[in-house]
Amino acid sequence: MNRSEVMHFVKSTMTQKKDFPPFKAGDTIRVSYKIIEGNKERIQHFQGVVLQRKGSYTTETFTIRKMSGNIGVERIMPISSPFIEEITVMKRGVVRRARIFYLRALKGKKAKIKEKKF
Amino acid sequence: MSGLIGKKIGMTSIYDASGKNIPCTVIEAGPCVVTQIRTLEKDGYEAIQLAFDDKSEKRTTKALKQHFAKAKTTPKRILKEFTRFEERKSFGDVLTVDVFIEGEYIDVSGISKGKGFQGVVKRHGFAGVGDQTHGQHNRLRAPGSLGASSYPSRVFKGMRMAGHMGSNKVKIINLKVLKLIPEKNIVIVNGSVPGPSGSYLILERWK
Repeated sequence: MNRSEVMHFVKSTMTQKKDFPPFKAGDTIRVSYKIIEGNKERIQHFQGVVLQRKGSYTTETFTIRKMSGNIGVERIMPISSPFIEEITVMKRGVVRRARIFYLRALKGKKAKIKEKKF
Repeated sequence: MSGLIGKKIGMTSIYDASGKNIPCTVIEAGPCVVTQIRTLEKDGYEAIQLAFDDKSEKRTTKALKQHFAKAKTTPKRILKEFTRFEERKSFGDVLTVDVFIEGEYIDVSGISKGKGFQGVVKRHGFAGVGDQTHGQHNRLRAPGSLGASSYPSRVFKGMRMAGHMGSNKVKIINLKVLKLIPEKNIVIVNGSVPGPSGSYLILERWK
C-alpha cells in the first residue's frame, strides 16, 4: 500500500462517513445538530446559505451563513461531525462560483440568490 | 524501553468517544527485524539493532547483504540500535506494533523539515528593527546590534544569527497512542511529529 492508500484506509475506518443529500455553494440548507447541556441533549437547527465546501472526504468542512436580524452569522462545520444529525436542502441556488464570499458584502435584495428551477 | 522504527504517512483528524475532533498523525511502524544484538561482553554496551523497510537486493552492498542474510531477512533501508530494551530479544525476531498499547504515551523522534538559510526573525524569533515607516529603510528584519563596542571588541560566541534552519533531530515526547491497527502495521498518535510525510521516525516508550 502506498501512502495515500494508507491514509484513505485510516480515514474510512476511523471516521464514519455520513449520508447527506448533495449540496453545494449557493444552496440553502438546514443543519440539525445535537447540543449537550449538562447531561441533557437536544437538537438545534441552523438554516442558511452555504458559502463553501472545503477539504475532502471525512475531513471536509462547510461554511454556512445566515442573517440574524441585520448581523451576518457564519458557522464552519465538519461534515463528519458526530453532532450533526441531519442536513436538509431547502433551496437549490444558482451561483457561478464554488465559493461565494462576495455574498458577505451584499445586503437586502442584492444578497438574494436565484433559485434553481427544475 | 520498547521501540520501533516507522515511517510518517500523514496527518488527519479523528473523533473521540465524546465527539471531540482530535488532530493525529498516521505512522506506519514495523515490522522490524532484530538484525544484531550488542552485548556487554563483546561490545561494551547492551543494545539491539532493528531493521525496517524493504529495499531492493540490487541497491544493497555485499557486506550488508551478508548482514541481513545472517538474520534470515531481506535487505532493509534503515538500521537503528535501541539501548535498554525491556524484553530480551533474540536474533531474527520480528517486532510489530504490538510492542505498544493503545492509550499509552510514546516519544517520537525524526528529522525536522529543512527551512534553508533563514534570517534571525524566523530562526530565533527576533522582532526585527523598529518600524516600516518614519525614515526606516531596508533593515526591517535585520538583527540589530551584535554587542558593545571597544569592550569587548569582539562578538561573543554563540551569538544568535542568520543561518541554516531545520533538518535537525527533534524528539516529541509524550504523544498519546490513539489507535493501533496491527494488520496494517499502523500507529495513530495524537498531535504532530517531526519531518515531512514519508520520512523515517523512531518510536520509543520509556517506562
